[in-house]
Formats: sequence, C-alpha cells, structure tokens
Amino acid sequence: MSHLVAEMSAKALKLGIPLSVQLDLTYRCNERCVHCYLDHEDHGEMTTSEIKDLLDQLAEAGVFFLTLSGGEILMRRDFFEIVEYARMRAFCVKLKTNAVLIREKEAKRLRDLDVESIQISIYSHRPEVHDAITKMPGSLRRSINAIRFLRSKGLHVTIANVLMLQNLQDYPGVRALGAELGVEVTIDPTITPKMDGDRSLLDLNIDQAALEHVFREEGMLENVGESCAPPVGPDDEVLNSLPCSAGHTACYVSPYGDVYPCVQFPLPSGNVRRDKFLDIWRHSPQLNEVRSITTRDLTGCSHCSNVSSCTRCPGLAYMEGNMRGPSTQDCEKSFARTGIQSVNLKSKRSSVAGLVQIQNVAAISQAVSA
Amino acid sequence: MSEKCYVARSSKIAARMMGDEMMIMLAPESTLFTLNEVASVIFKAADGATPLDEIVAERVCSEFDVEFEAALKDAEHMVKELAGHGVLIVSDKPTTQSRAFAQVAR
Repeated sequence: MSHLVAEMSAKALKLGIPLSVQLDLTYRCNERCVHCYLDHEDHGEMTTSEIKDLLDQLAEAGVFFLTLSGGEILMRRDFFEIVEYARMRAFCVKLKTNAVLIREKEAKRLRDLDVESIQISIYSHRPEVHDAITKMPGSLRRSINAIRFLRSKGLHVTIANVLMLQNLQDYPGVRALGAELGVEVTIDPTITPKMDGDRSLLDLNIDQAALEHVFREEGMLENVGESCAPPVGPDDEVLNSLPCSAGHTACYVSPYGDVYPCVQFPLPSGNVRRDKFLDIWRHSPQLNEVRSITTRDLTGCSHCSNVSSCTRCPGLAYMEGNMRGPSTQDCEKSFARTGIQSVNLKSKRSSVAGLVQIQNVAAISQAVSA
Repeated sequence: MSEKCYVARSSKIAARMMGDEMMIMLAPESTLFTLNEVASVIFKAADGATPLDEIVAERVCSEFDVEFEAALKDAEHMVKELAGHGVLIVSDKPTTQSRAFAQVAR
C-alpha cells in the first residue's frame, strides 16, 4: 500500500467513511469454475436504475474506490452504462472479470471510460488445466486475447491466479505468462466456502507442504525474510489494532442489494432496497458489532504468537462459526510462513491426538478380555 | 498565465472529498494526489466556465484570510502543476468539460 493510500485509509477510518466498496453486479457467469462460491441463478438482481441510485448514494457517502465484480460483470447488458455512470460520479473504478467477452471494441470502451484497473482470473498457462477449471472450452485463449486487447489500449491489467489442487504446479507458468503479457500476477492460495456455508470446496485447497513451498518462492511475498521470520508475541499495539478493513472503511453490496462487511464476510447487515446505504453503513448493528472488535477480543488469536504477522480473515472466521475466533485457513498460512503452530492449530491437533489413543483402548480391551 | 484563464477538471480523473481534502486518482497510471483545503476549493470551483481570478476572489478570498494577489499567484502555480499531470485542463475560453463531474464537489 502506498504511503498516500495508507494515509487516506487512516483518515477514512477516523471519519467513518467507506473508502472502498465492492459491488457485485450479477452472480450469473459464463464460466462454471470448480472452486466458485456463488449460486449463479438470478434471484432478482438490482435494475439499472436501482444501481444508479445506489452509485449516487455511494458517492454521497464518500466512496472513492469502487470495485465492480460478479459473477461475470459483462453478462449484464447494461454493464457499460453502469461503468459510464460510475465514472460520471468520479469513482475510481476497478473491475474483476474473466474477460472472455472483452474484445477490441470493449477494450477501447473501457479505456475511454478511464477505469483504473482490470483484474482477470487466469488459473493456468495451459488450456487443458485452465479450461478444465472454468469448464469452458477456449476460455484461456479468449481471456489471454482480452488481456492483449486491454494492454494495447494502455489499460492496467492484473492476473489473479487462485491456487488449488488442480493447478498447483502451474503458477510459475502463469507468472511467465504475466511477464510475457506485461501484467502483474497475484497468487492467492485460498479457496473459500460457498456463501451458503457449504464447506465442501475447501477440499480443493492445497496442503501445508505445498503452501510452505509457495510462500518461499522468489517474489511471492514482499519480504520473505520478514514474513517468514519467527513472529514476536502480541504487544499492546497489535492487541489494540483492528482485524481488517471490512466494515471499517470497506464493505460489499450483492447484486440483490444486500450489504455485508466484505465479499468474504457474509454477515447480513442490511439491504439498500429497504434502507439508505448511509443509514446501513452508520447504524447497522451488525457492522457496528464488527467495528467493536479489536485483536485483543479475539478468542485464541489474542495470545497466539503468530498474531502480529497473521493475515487472519474475520470473514473466514465467521464462516467457521465465530467472527471473534480464528480462521483455520489463515492459521495454516501462518504456520507455513513461520513454522510455528497457532494456538488454534495446537488445540485442534491435541484434540485429534486425544482421539487417536488407540493403543490405550487396545490395551484396555486386552486387559478386559484377559 | 493569462488573467482570463478558465480551468476545468479532467474527465479522466477519479475524485472525492475526504474531510476537508480532495483525493484525486489519475488512471491508468494510478497516480494519487491529495489537495489541501484551499486547493480543494479551487478544484471544486473549476467548472471550465468561471475564470480563475474570479474563483480566487469569490471562493478563496471570501473563505480564507488571504490577499487576492498572493492567493492568485498560489492558485496559478497549483493549476499549472495539476494541468501538467492532466488533472486540470486550462483554456483561455470557457469549456464544458467539468459539467459531468458535479458530484465530485460534494
């Protein structure tokens, strides 16, 4: 984060301004990715005029960074009308897309609308792997073509490479592809549960050994030495800090107008079809509860030695059952980086050890039969 | 700089008031600027139709305790710098460039 953005975030926090909002325009999608957490049926998306009204409200509330995502954003016929309206309201617009529907004409239009950046999902440099994940033949070729069109118009493109069992071996190839296309590649080894709470997708997550390997790859972390160093224990500064920006300077709005602290934090906090955005932002009991939590309040984490460098996601913790509790996926990431088990992992493993006292049971059983 | 200089906000920027400061992002370079309170007043008034000296006299000198000559000199310096980055557009004739950005001023 740049110094100025950090300053802006601190000021937004002080003033209670929602600096960043992600608005999902639709959950419909032309791909069917194996790891996707969404229900792609349309259950009554906001209309064009509802979205425009919401954009007016977001501008009024002081939102600066507006991320339009989905589903696939270009599945909406009014997509460009929405982007144009957002730019007229002077938002800094970022897009997340699979880019399959972006050709030269669409790339030019996005350039003319001065969108700030476009994040495109690429799972592999090999069509047989990428297309098997998206379940859409030809999707890799079309996404790469789109990146070339967008780059040729001078647009800022990032490749998002989500790692899972299916494509674990391919991230060096994706990084090479990014270098060839002149775009940055971000790698995210986190598969999240479905929004309805179904956790079966977590089976796609890569294992601990693979995580350790990934984190030690050159260029993967900003400062490997610092990130992977044994952590210092919690001090007052860490304990008084806020877990993340969700609900503090950022939030998420679904295609149906539901407001959540973050796209990865499905705590229903209001609906813009019923209430004004600013009223929800300021007065939602759920958002205010999220805001009341400091690191000191976190069960287990507050006395975990990894807490100072942990990337704990409160949304994943919420989906695990307790927004004040640990997120096991982040515990595993911390373990992979630092080599030190979190309080949560130790507790889980000791309870597993308790169940594996087979020898004792066998001994008792032998003793009984004797 | 000409006395009758018209200043308009570029449509290429993203901008929002935060407290008494204006944040501005210029895509696709992702360059971020922040303007202080006085500069924000000028930026918000830069509608392409009002001459800069009028903005300084009517908006800056009326709201802040500054002499017109000194304020105009500072304003010209600021406008030149932001125009150099493409944040503002300077013209010797009125323009309609900034009409679309009405909500920036909130």
